[in-house]
Amino acid sequence: MASTALLAVGPPASHPAPCAQPATPHGLAAASSSCGEEAPRTGESSLPEDVEWIKQQPLPYALMMLASFNEGREEPHPPFFHAAQVWNHDFYWRSMKPGGGGKPLERLLKFINRDFGSYEGMIRQFMDAALTQFGSGWVWLSYEGSGLPYVKSRSPIPSDNYGRLVISKTPNAINPLVWGHSEYQLHNIPPYYIIMSSFIYKSLMNLFLWQPLLAIDVWEHAYYLDYEDRRADYVSAILEKLVSWEVVESRLTKTIARAVERDEHLRRRILRKQHLAQANGQSRARPRTRQGRPTGRQGDQEVARSSPVEA
Amino acid sequence: MAASVLHLRLLPSPPAGVKLQQRQLRSRIQRQGGLSRRFLKVVSYYGLTTPPYKLDALEPYMSKRTVELHWGKHHQDYVDGLNKQLATSPLYGYTLEDLIKEAYNNGNPLPEYNNAAQVWNHHFFWESMQPDGGGLPEGGVLQQIEKDFGSFTNFREEFIRSSLQLLGSGWVWLVLKRNERKLSVVHTRNAISPLAFGDIPIISLDLWEHAYYLDYKDDRLTYVTNFMDHLISWHTVTLRMMRAESFVNLGEPNIPVA
Repeated sequence: MASTALLAVGPPASHPAPCAQPATPHGLAAASSSCGEEAPRTGESSLPEDVEWIKQQPLPYALMMLASFNEGREEPHPPFFHAAQVWNHDFYWRSMKPGGGGKPLERLLKFINRDFGSYEGMIRQFMDAALTQFGSGWVWLSYEGSGLPYVKSRSPIPSDNYGRLVISKTPNAINPLVWGHSEYQLHNIPPYYIIMSSFIYKSLMNLFLWQPLLAIDVWEHAYYLDYEDRRADYVSAILEKLVSWEVVESRLTKTIARAVERDEHLRRRILRKQHLAQANGQSRARPRTRQGRPTGRQGDQEVARSSPVEA
Repeated sequence: MAASVLHLRLLPSPPAGVKLQQRQLRSRIQRQGGLSRRFLKVVSYYGLTTPPYKLDALEPYMSKRTVELHWGKHHQDYVDGLNKQLATSPLYGYTLEDLIKEAYNNGNPLPEYNNAAQVWNHHFFWESMQPDGGGLPEGGVLQQIEKDFGSFTNFREEFIRSSLQLLGSGWVWLVLKRNERKLSVVHTRNAISPLAFGDIPIISLDLWEHAYYLDYKDDRLTYVTNFMDHLISWHTVTLRMMRAESFVNLGEPNIPVA
């Protein structure tokens, strides 16, 4: 469970049907100690016809979800809702365990204290988000990456230079993963066969802006049988008695490792380019303006003569 | 619970003569578009209307516990929330329907919209149902449905299909569209109401999960079928169509009066 990679979510390999309902990791009975008589349900008991299509595709749910989100344009493609709900619910089950809750572990607690002030501050923000989500939706604790394009970029705003934990709420089936992914504007890329090619696959893995760490379902079906309309009691029961901080912490560790690796990857590419350039006898990446071909930039004299007021 | 129920839903409007005087004396009110709280010693609140039947009257298709919670907690919370918001909001002083149109703000809803629309939607919903309801409509309503949908069965199937297509929380409506001058089935998300688009709602069905989860769990199909077959109040529908006909010229047929 701790080694669940982001894109490997889906039915276990031993199961023949691609879209079988994934079992909760602890069995249906184990997680229900605080939840009362009714076992948790994924709410995916019947898929309509236009989603039959999903069953024919061998894509993992996460890719399907990312591809069909349609970059947050008005209407996502039809499979989005169900693919995303499957992914969201799987994420949600794995975030909980029987006998969970309590205080988070050291490393996670350090992040929490840095970004929310204190553990209680985070709980308060969680409750705020959960109670103000109007209609159906989800509440997320996620790691928001810094989003700076290059390894050496340094933003003048100090808080932009490192990733931080944030709490967000999303409506219906949207989650922060697709929301952050859509920010990169992959326009005009046909969704499916291109995605299967490894370049885009890898860049999708690297293009994360919001990595979810913990999900809480605030659709009414999640709590209505056990708590009727008391959403606050339900959310605090999850946070105090059910959430598995070990899983959250392992997701955080993996996210940070991936952030570092992404920078490593870019850094190595830059170094490789420099080495190649040196090997070919060029001391600079770009030719000097006085020798070689003229570049499109203004020469030094033109710069000196131009007025600073010109646009 | 009965003691806290007010039957006052609309603000009483002052007689015409008083208004003229107010216009001369209080120009600030005109600019605010409604009555200003500051000048009034008596302040009005929106109240919770009661369903026109007992809470257990809709058994077995909607259990007493569901109605108790749905009306007593959810609907009540929306009313209380709205009143609390209006205590400090410039939108005080509207009738509920005008408040919905105002707060919808052409697609960019203001914070008061959700509460106001939900208060109205739920009131409309309770009145759309009756014990021993369902079955077929009569007379003019049936003729209008057959004219606009082909047959009553088509309408019923379209209503059911629309409720299954709605993903998430929302409502399904039979509306009379003003521009097209015909009945049509629409579904809206969360708290959106056809009033905001200028159409006239005739029937509403609450598809938020709190409306059916205790009785049907996730079986939305049975919930909608039971609503259509056993709960719809066609008498109320006839009344609403009669009223709607005074706003929209439907030509033939005429809904018979009484």
